[in-house]
Amino acid sequence: MSSETLVGIQTLVRKEVTRIVRIWSQTLLPPAITMTLYFVIFGNLIGSRIGEMGGFDYMAFIVPGLVMMAVITSSYGNMVSSFFGAKFAKHVEELLISPMPNWAILMGYVSGSLFRGLFVGLIVTLISLFFTEIQVHNVWIVLSTVILTSVVFSLGGFINAAFAKKFDDIAIIPTFVLTPLTYLGGVFYSISLLPEFWQKVSLINPVLYMVNTFRYGFLGVSDINVGVAYGIIIAFVLILGFISWYILHKGIGLRS
Amino acid sequence: MEQAIEIKNLVKTYKDGTQALKGVDLTVQSGEIFALLGPNGAGKSTLIGIISSLVNATSGEVKVFGKDLVKDRQAVKAMIGLVPQEFNFNMFEKPIDIIANQAGYYGIPRKVALERTEKYLKQLQLWGKRNSMSRGLSGGMKRRLMIARAMVNEPRILILDEPTAGVDIEIRRSMWSFVEEIAASGTTIILTTHYLEEAEQLCKNIAIIDHGEIVRDTTIKELLKTLDIETFIFDLDKTPDEALLTALDARIRDDNTIELDLPKTKNLNSVFKQIDAAGYCVTSMRNKANRLEELFVKMIENKGVQA
Repeated sequence: MSSETLVGIQTLVRKEVTRIVRIWSQTLLPPAITMTLYFVIFGNLIGSRIGEMGGFDYMAFIVPGLVMMAVITSSYGNMVSSFFGAKFAKHVEELLISPMPNWAILMGYVSGSLFRGLFVGLIVTLISLFFTEIQVHNVWIVLSTVILTSVVFSLGGFINAAFAKKFDDIAIIPTFVLTPLTYLGGVFYSISLLPEFWQKVSLINPVLYMVNTFRYGFLGVSDINVGVAYGIIIAFVLILGFISWYILHKGIGLRS
Repeated sequence: MEQAIEIKNLVKTYKDGTQALKGVDLTVQSGEIFALLGPNGAGKSTLIGIISSLVNATSGEVKVFGKDLVKDRQAVKAMIGLVPQEFNFNMFEKPIDIIANQAGYYGIPRKVALERTEKYLKQLQLWGKRNSMSRGLSGGMKRRLMIARAMVNEPRILILDEPTAGVDIEIRRSMWSFVEEIAASGTTIILTTHYLEEAEQLCKNIAIIDHGEIVRDTTIKELLKTLDIETFIFDLDKTPDEALLTALDARIRDDNTIELDLPKTKNLNSVFKQIDAAGYCVTSMRNKANRLEELFVKMIENKGVQA
């Protein structure tokens, strides 16, 4: 990587991080409030009646899922709003006319969304400490899963933003795709509770692999094979990464 | 002289079938201020968009200082600074951040980027506003902000797409001197403008584009030579009557002022004689400044302009 490209990436990341921190009440505070409500309602009030899930106290079971849910929503939301905003207000042209390679532009934006995803994940984890004790089975699995998942959804947000023509288009995917996938991705329950047919249907949901691998990092239990899960997550990173790069290379939705 | 830009048979057809450029050939010499003129929808912005990598060409060749735009895009991009027609910066950012970040995208280290940001914001009289929110700047300030941003990578070619649109005359003149200053330092400048006076004042060479084709590519001097009619304005001592206007084939501008077109072959003595004979005095007389404008309108109206 040339020093000029490195400076370009650093600049874009600095710009994104500054933006995220400047509008903290829109980027960092809402997931903290939402997840606190989840902890209170699902963890404390309802969870105490549920008892154990997967061999753990229900609150301890849902913490990894809720952290992951916040990371997914924040990573996707950051990319889609930041990149579509830049496209809508045309200041994406500042990057398109610059000599920054396409992969570097992508890396800068993904790094910004990764920062927000991880920062929100950390906030939610810290909040969860008010409600339960957290054990960590394997810190490397926790870190690698959260980073890879954040990258997957950042790239997904990028593709959404590139094709979006109006603000409605960036709300459709989070509402009709992302939310159902997350809620049905084993955040609140173990799929072993489902009938066999629905267990098999659940396996086509990529979020299930991310949530379970992340939960495995904390609790050491998972509904699915962790090795397979890693393979699927990495495949998503590579496929979505290539599509995103191709979009920038061809200028789809960006250059006429 | 080295060629800054060499365009051969450039074609752009948009997805809806609109052919914005129909085989444009154009050469811009290094170090000159080059004017690109044309009515709205003529293809100016498409041409500029292709040179600055914001629009993909359908076919044809663009070379910037000998480097092919498609094969060596990063190197070409590094040589160009663009001031677009529409505001395209983040209105929620401060001018200092907008300029310094743009420098960063060009690979300029932060320390140098901040030094250059200060230099160009000061040159464009925006240093006092460096920490203000950009959306609060006036129209003229926003335009100057885009010029500062385009200059921060110290490009070899600066493209200005209607840079003085909507700014007052004082700022327009200060921008002209800034453009002349940049050109004097060796930067090639391509300027599109609706103010033909601006092209006449700043540029030596000019290309006129219409319906995606270059209809004229010459020097401004040569172009003006082809203008065989001049317009004069006469201020009279009283309001002229219809008979005088008919006799002179003149138009009335306001109460005591008339305007008439004269072929270059005709001298003014006969006009003075007619005015005198009708019992009027000429209190002052001047040549109408927008010669180029007349020519431009004429060219666009008659497609058969002779090169």
